[in-house]
Amino acid sequence: MSSLLNVTFPVLAHWMIVCLLSPFFLGVIARVKAFFSGKAGPPVLQPYFDLARLFRKKCVYSSTATWVFRAAPVIILAAMMALSLLVPFGICKAPVQFSGDILLAVYLLALGRFFMILAALDTGSSFEGMGASREAFFSCLSELALFMNFITLALLTRSISLARMIGADVPIVWGGMEPTLLLAVASLFIVLLAENRRIPVDDPETHLELTMIHEVMILDHSGVDLAYLLYASALKLFIFFGILVSIIVPVRTGYPVTDTAIFLGGMLGLAALVGIVESSMARLRLNRVRLLLLISFALAFFGLIVTLWRA
Amino acid sequence: MELFNGGSIALKDIPLLEKKEFRGEVLLRCRDGARLANLFGSPDGGGGVRLIAILGQDEDPELQILATTISAGSARYESLTAELLQAHLFEREIAEQWAIVPEGHPWLKPVRYHANYRGVPDIWKDIGEQTIPGSYPFYAVGGEEVHEVGVGPVHAGIIEPGHFRFQCHGEEVLHLEIQLGYQHRGIEPMMCGSGMKRQALLSESVAGDTSVGHSTAFCEAVESLAGCTVPIKAQAIRAVALELERLANHVGDLGALGMDAGFLTTSAYFGRMRGDYLNLLLELTGNRFGKGLCRPGGVLFDIEDSMAEDLCRRLTRYKKEFEEVSDLLFTSPSVLARFEGIGTVSLEAAKSLGMVGPAARASQLEYDVRSDYSSGMWQFYHVPISLAASGDVYARALVRRQEVMRSLELLLKLLPSLPKGEICASPGPLKPETLAVSLVEGWRGEIMHACITDSHGALARYKIKDPSFNNWFALTLAMRNQEISDFPLCNKSFNLSYCGHDL
Repeated sequence: MSSLLNVTFPVLAHWMIVCLLSPFFLGVIARVKAFFSGKAGPPVLQPYFDLARLFRKKCVYSSTATWVFRAAPVIILAAMMALSLLVPFGICKAPVQFSGDILLAVYLLALGRFFMILAALDTGSSFEGMGASREAFFSCLSELALFMNFITLALLTRSISLARMIGADVPIVWGGMEPTLLLAVASLFIVLLAENRRIPVDDPETHLELTMIHEVMILDHSGVDLAYLLYASALKLFIFFGILVSIIVPVRTGYPVTDTAIFLGGMLGLAALVGIVESSMARLRLNRVRLLLLISFALAFFGLIVTLWRA
Repeated sequence: MELFNGGSIALKDIPLLEKKEFRGEVLLRCRDGARLANLFGSPDGGGGVRLIAILGQDEDPELQILATTISAGSARYESLTAELLQAHLFEREIAEQWAIVPEGHPWLKPVRYHANYRGVPDIWKDIGEQTIPGSYPFYAVGGEEVHEVGVGPVHAGIIEPGHFRFQCHGEEVLHLEIQLGYQHRGIEPMMCGSGMKRQALLSESVAGDTSVGHSTAFCEAVESLAGCTVPIKAQAIRAVALELERLANHVGDLGALGMDAGFLTTSAYFGRMRGDYLNLLLELTGNRFGKGLCRPGGVLFDIEDSMAEDLCRRLTRYKKEFEEVSDLLFTSPSVLARFEGIGTVSLEAAKSLGMVGPAARASQLEYDVRSDYSSGMWQFYHVPISLAASGDVYARALVRRQEVMRSLELLLKLLPSLPKGEICASPGPLKPETLAVSLVEGWRGEIMHACITDSHGALARYKIKDPSFNNWFALTLAMRNQEISDFPLCNKSFNLSYCGHDL
């Protein structure tokens, strides 16, 4: 009994932190964008209000939707929650760690996306079909860059466990490895923008169904299902932020309060950076997105070459 | 017969040509560079329909009027469209309104789905009873890899209803078909059955965002029929309101273009600035869209000296703000990458479609009612025609930016030297059996109102042509072989009116 508690308690605590904090950063990004537009903007807690509102609503299903459509939101949210267990956030260690869990992480991301695409196709709507095809195409390219970066990190840290690779347990030593790490961080930042469908890849705020990627795939979802999907997106963003901040800020003072402050500062800084990027540029034309993703891949590729050469 | 903008002519002075002669003459003049500005039917009093064509030479300030009669017995004539593309929508409109068959029309489909005005069987059986698109089969491209996307008539944004049917190969649009008519209210027949007070209100509602443009056109047509001289100050105030309307809409459009490209910063600023111009209209007329200003005989609200000074001071400030924000928009590489080379309309296409307004000028078609058919205040103030060469979204944005600057410069010149005197004369009774034509450069382009009175001096036929009527087809052309994800941007760069088209 006590051993069961020993296992479940860290998991539950981790989930609680992740679920409580993740929508906050969407609010921060919205506030940064509002600032640059000269507007007051919505409250930082608006994503929480939105989620609370949606959780009180019922779902509406089209008569052509099958079980895939109904199951997808749950599976996607579950995949992201499972993924969050592999990722450390500041002083919260990853509750689940084993050698090779990086593969699990990548496949959990892929599982979420797979069901997202299936659910979109399941509606039979021409818009959602277009969104699904775009999602499938762009994620092919971004996954490539993501894998390449993970290989680099694995070589650097001599580990194939996600938490170790991003330097949560043994901080990554930047000294001497700056070129590789800079390339990897730049590449991962592009992957972050692409995976979370932010500007310049997708516009999370547009109402134009013909231009959307992610937003168009969730057009038919409503109520609790939509809340699950929004929560899953918030988690995904939070996870990517966590991974990047962990690499960029390898400072571990040993004092829990200071470490937490540094980590949260890094997360806020990253959210502000995303907001600044979104305010300072327009969306790319859809046929140029692949070029951005190939740049991300090229950065990762050179990072890997430098690592191999140094090693 | 020839006619100046804002002129009128007795019906008996318009020579009636034979059908064949009429067709030959229209085609000949259009081949020589004239533009078919309007082609419409009007009851001839004997059960038949008089077809009237209004041609514009554009460098010549006189409009050419040609007419023919279609007898009730043989309600058909040989279509112009096969040889003159500009005629295609006019002829479809005539077929629907008067149940006259344009023989050999390549694409005869209903425009607005209403019963004809003559009370005879419609060309399309019971068209007025059907919901759009009725039994009309949309153009479809075959093949397994082609997919069809239908958008509207209910849209995600707060815009008017219209149905867009895309035939796509992957992301590429092979063909776009636009179906409008959802907003049809029957304004033209309503104009004929109403008194002048109601007519003025109706004219303001032709297209809500062009209230000043359409009501000015209405007033000028009626004033011409009444032989009424409009006080010079009233003409100046109409010009001020028309330019404020242009400013509000162009600035709003630039903001919306930024928004559709995902560039939120400028769209927020332009959105606020659009409100500034609308508020000026509010102060001037008591309505943010300039309703209630223009009435036959003049205007209802005066601009006093202190108000003119205040307007000038604020417009000077707005001009500086506009320069700064539009510089930000037009110097952002990511924005230019979205605008350039998208939705190109060539000069040739613009000419053959008979495009008007900023969209035409973006394709280097040099035509602006304010300088080509100047009437009212425009005879004293010259506005240079704003042109761009590339014909793409960028060009349409650039023309808007230029026009905003030129409108501001004009207002800053006009307001300090407003003429003095009365603002409203009283229009007398209308001349019987007369045709009057008025042209106004609304913010979307050439607005034409043409009206014909009966033997008692009441309106027997009122024809409204919004610039959107000329330009909608250009949008389908602009989308050929473009990416479907660029459609919203392309659409916004035209920003055409649905209700102006549907009447």
